[in-house]
Amino acid sequence: MSAIGELRRLKTTTRKKDNRAAFFFLLPWFAGLIVITAGPVAASFVLGFTDYNLIQPPEFSGLENFQRMISDERLHQALAVTFKYVFISVPLQLVAALGLAMLLDRGLRGLAFYRSAFYLPSLLGSSVAIAVLWRQIFGADGLVNQALSLVGIDGRSWISDPSTALSTLIVLNVWTFGAPMVIFLAGLRQIPAMYYEAASVDGAGRWTQFRKITVPLLSPIIFFNLVLQIIHAFQSFTQAFVVSGGTGGPSDSTLFYTLYLYQRGFHNFDMGYASALAWLLLIIIAGFTAINFWAAKRWVFYDD
Amino acid sequence: MTDLKERVIAPAPPVPQTPARNVTRSLAKHTGLILLALIMLYPVIWMVVSSLRPNDEIFRSPGIVLDSLQTGNYGEGWNALSAPFSHFLINSAIVVLGCIIGNLVSCSMAAYAFARLEFTGKKLWFAIMLGTIMLPIHVIIVPQYILFSQLGWINTFLPLIVPKLLATDAFFVFLMVQFIRGLPRELDEAARIDGAGHPRIFLQVILPLMLPALATTTIFTFIWTWNDFFSQLIYLTDPEMYTVPVALRSFVDATVATSWGSMFAMSVVSLLPIFLAFLIGQRYLIKGIATTGIK
Repeated sequence: MSAIGELRRLKTTTRKKDNRAAFFFLLPWFAGLIVITAGPVAASFVLGFTDYNLIQPPEFSGLENFQRMISDERLHQALAVTFKYVFISVPLQLVAALGLAMLLDRGLRGLAFYRSAFYLPSLLGSSVAIAVLWRQIFGADGLVNQALSLVGIDGRSWISDPSTALSTLIVLNVWTFGAPMVIFLAGLRQIPAMYYEAASVDGAGRWTQFRKITVPLLSPIIFFNLVLQIIHAFQSFTQAFVVSGGTGGPSDSTLFYTLYLYQRGFHNFDMGYASALAWLLLIIIAGFTAINFWAAKRWVFYDD
Repeated sequence: MTDLKERVIAPAPPVPQTPARNVTRSLAKHTGLILLALIMLYPVIWMVVSSLRPNDEIFRSPGIVLDSLQTGNYGEGWNALSAPFSHFLINSAIVVLGCIIGNLVSCSMAAYAFARLEFTGKKLWFAIMLGTIMLPIHVIIVPQYILFSQLGWINTFLPLIVPKLLATDAFFVFLMVQFIRGLPRELDEAARIDGAGHPRIFLQVILPLMLPALATTTIFTFIWTWNDFFSQLIYLTDPEMYTVPVALRSFVDATVATSWGSMFAMSVVSLLPIFLAFLIGQRYLIKGIATTGIK
């Protein structure tokens, strides 16, 4: 027996051993994948082609659910509201996060304090309690209008006016810029200070330095935050639900996609249609993520 | 002359500005930052103060100076629903505890396999695991609900806890994989030479070393589960089983615009655990989001 043969045999035996151990260690995860995640994804695809109300067994209905989507005006409203929310609040949130991260960078005194203060809202922001608070402060006699009346402006009820209700939720999402800010801060720390020193010796101003050094070197992190926050914003639910009392009102102006899905599925128990809606959401999110990755080739700069 | 000489010899100052201008600039910066932090946190501070005010004053006082301290809202809010608020706090605590234990056990096991074991199709399984991080819960909620309702699990905490026992929070699997990869392999190998199998290496070598990752997982699971509303709203419809967010929401619907004081009081109570978790675990939170980008 050659040594190489011996080694090879040894390698295959350890590999076999690993397989068994891996199966044991991954058993909970495999079970979860089948029962809790991947299984239901497949199941909801099948249910999307049925009519199902939880009481009678599902009935195959072909493309009916998808035809219904085309003429469902509340769905169109939900899509419009959600797109508006995502594409206004995410850029604002990221600009605020990056701006603050740059102000806090480079050994600012009291950094830990500021970072905590700006980060705290992103922990609180998704709670029902903050949604309750938002309902008060943007109400007719709420905090915002009290403050405005001090300077002689008569505010309106921001929450019950269809033209401003969504904006209050956008403000709430921007308010939680702390989490991406902390990620930006970690990224900024990776940029060597000598790049900036060299640039300022060469006479580059702050704006040029930002455009030529900060943005390219930070671009993988900007991209990462963008992808993450878009996915996150598409799934917003709690705030719209609590602020509108579960209706998505006034006049469906805060009818987030997930809220509409909830109403169809868990109020009307229209499980077939809700499944089809769920798949449409998955396709939309996957689509935007794919577009993001495709566009990233043009502007994201990888050093290695 | 000496002036010039000194300037030539002394190293150039990093920023060519007079100290006075520097001080003004940094003072302006700090003032701006403090002002912004105050504006951001003002609504929350105001809510805490308002919860200690009589009801009618809430709509007249945008300030945060208290004339008198009233704790009546807390007593009133505590007993405003079908059960005292402590009941909902306990329910939430049970769910949170179950989820933390589930995540710690199942995610660390899966992470050990992905970080340290060689097995068939590892790359594919790892990619699938990463993919499930991005999976919106809304896509799987309908079949999940059907499954759990057939098992008779509606209005129990099982639909909230069991998925965590099955490592479905892939975020934490990923976080732990990253952490284990950073641990020196020599330690495993030494243990293996001493005759330890994988279960023992996992329990006695890896787990004790990954305490920081376990702490990060604990604290994020705590905050997310405490705040989680969507799945708790769907699975818990019996007021007896309500957790804090669902109870708070039913409170809002029952008492719209009549008793903001007690609503604020219970909101403050519900935020207090998050705030404490933030104070205690800040280090792990900041590190956690900086390395994995989770919220």
